[in-house]
Amino acid sequence: MNAQAPFPALQDPRLNRPEPFTPPLGDGGFFQRDRSIHPPAHAPGYKSSVLRSPRQALLSLENSVSEISGPVFGHNDLGPLDNDLIRNYAKDGDPVGERIIVHGRVLDETGRGVPQTLVEFWQANSGGRYRHKKDTYLAPIDPNFGGCGRALTDDTGYYYFRTVKPGPYPWRNYVNSWRPAHIHFSVFGSGFAQRLITQMYFEGDPLIPVCPILTTIPDKDALDRLVAPLDLNASTPFDSLAYRFDIVLRGQRSTFFENRPEGN
Amino acid sequence: MPQQLNYLKETASQTAGPYVHIGLIPAMAGFDIFEKNFSNVLVTPNTQGERIVLEGKVLDGSGTPLRDVLLEIWQANAAGRYNHPADRSAAALEQDFRGWGRGGSDFDSGLVTFETIKPGGIIDRTGRKCAPHINVWIVARGINIGLNTRLYFSDEEAANAVDPVLNLVEPAVRRKTLIATRSERGGKVVYSFTINLQGPEETVFFDV
Repeated sequence: MNAQAPFPALQDPRLNRPEPFTPPLGDGGFFQRDRSIHPPAHAPGYKSSVLRSPRQALLSLENSVSEISGPVFGHNDLGPLDNDLIRNYAKDGDPVGERIIVHGRVLDETGRGVPQTLVEFWQANSGGRYRHKKDTYLAPIDPNFGGCGRALTDDTGYYYFRTVKPGPYPWRNYVNSWRPAHIHFSVFGSGFAQRLITQMYFEGDPLIPVCPILTTIPDKDALDRLVAPLDLNASTPFDSLAYRFDIVLRGQRSTFFENRPEGN
Repeated sequence: MPQQLNYLKETASQTAGPYVHIGLIPAMAGFDIFEKNFSNVLVTPNTQGERIVLEGKVLDGSGTPLRDVLLEIWQANAAGRYNHPADRSAAALEQDFRGWGRGGSDFDSGLVTFETIKPGGIIDRTGRKCAPHINVWIVARGINIGLNTRLYFSDEEAANAVDPVLNLVEPAVRRKTLIATRSERGGKVVYSFTINLQGPEETVFFDV
């Protein structure tokens, strides 16, 4: 006796398909970088860029593991005073200058905080002089100020450090070019393709609109996002003013490794 | 008006400026401020693999070496595994090999060096074998946004010939700008490279 197929519908070719549809797993690649908000490599108003800018088109590379991975840092890489520029080079007192706190979050384009990422910063002293043998500006070196530091973001992407407000200084671009007061920032993110160096400026600085480096940025809104507002609520009364500076790194398509808290 | 996507926008890049050495590698610039320092030495006594020295210069459009440039490298270990959770390959991980280092140019000669190991080849996400390579990121005064490139190895001709990234480079004559040349000097294996920012030999840079 021939048994009837118990579930004849299984032979329906319409059902002969491999898997039900599920939303595609993200491949972990980063969102394509919007180059229109970044300064072009060749920006003749910033003269140093003329001989140092590639002229061939960049070769676009879909992200492989070489780009979505990157170095991992931890508190073991840092010393206890690394985020305190008022104390990390002090010899016989505090450095001269306006005491400030700089704080903010490192986010990605989806708005997620980037946890445990390394943020590094360096700057001139309050007179506008760097502790570098090539800097010969006549403003004096401050014996109590080094001018560099670093911090690791917390689980929400938050970072902070303490320093003195850097001074503006002249530089050789045009004969009377001055840099607005600024702090250099270096940020990692979770993958090497997120690597970013930028500069933070201070709200209200009249040198901002005439800076040949800042004005390499073609997008007015992108330029404004480099200007940190005074944040009185975060200041310490009778001690330090505060400025708030959030940094946004490229977003990442939902990752395929589920055990990463920022992955989904 | 449709719904708004509300993505944030990336923070704009700015040049690292002329004093990037004191910011990111103060100890190498002769500036003693941090207890713990990052450096151009990636190897520890325990690191597996062939010890190599990477050595090269970055030249501007006049052929002059940049003496204020900073390079970072990011690489897999000798087994071909990156020390990062995004690398899910079966190759063995070495916890104490971070695979990352940074080096500044010599203030006089412009020479940049790294002490590392030759990485193994990796498998990309479509299962293709990639030739051993080191990822390089370059910042300096006059460079408005960090430049990404790669270094491949001159003695890996067969692997290089089928590498999916090298094969994207058109015209093919430009592929050689990504290849570091192997030699031996004083008992050490040295891979030499030149990164040309401009000119007929301009290095291939990637938009990653």
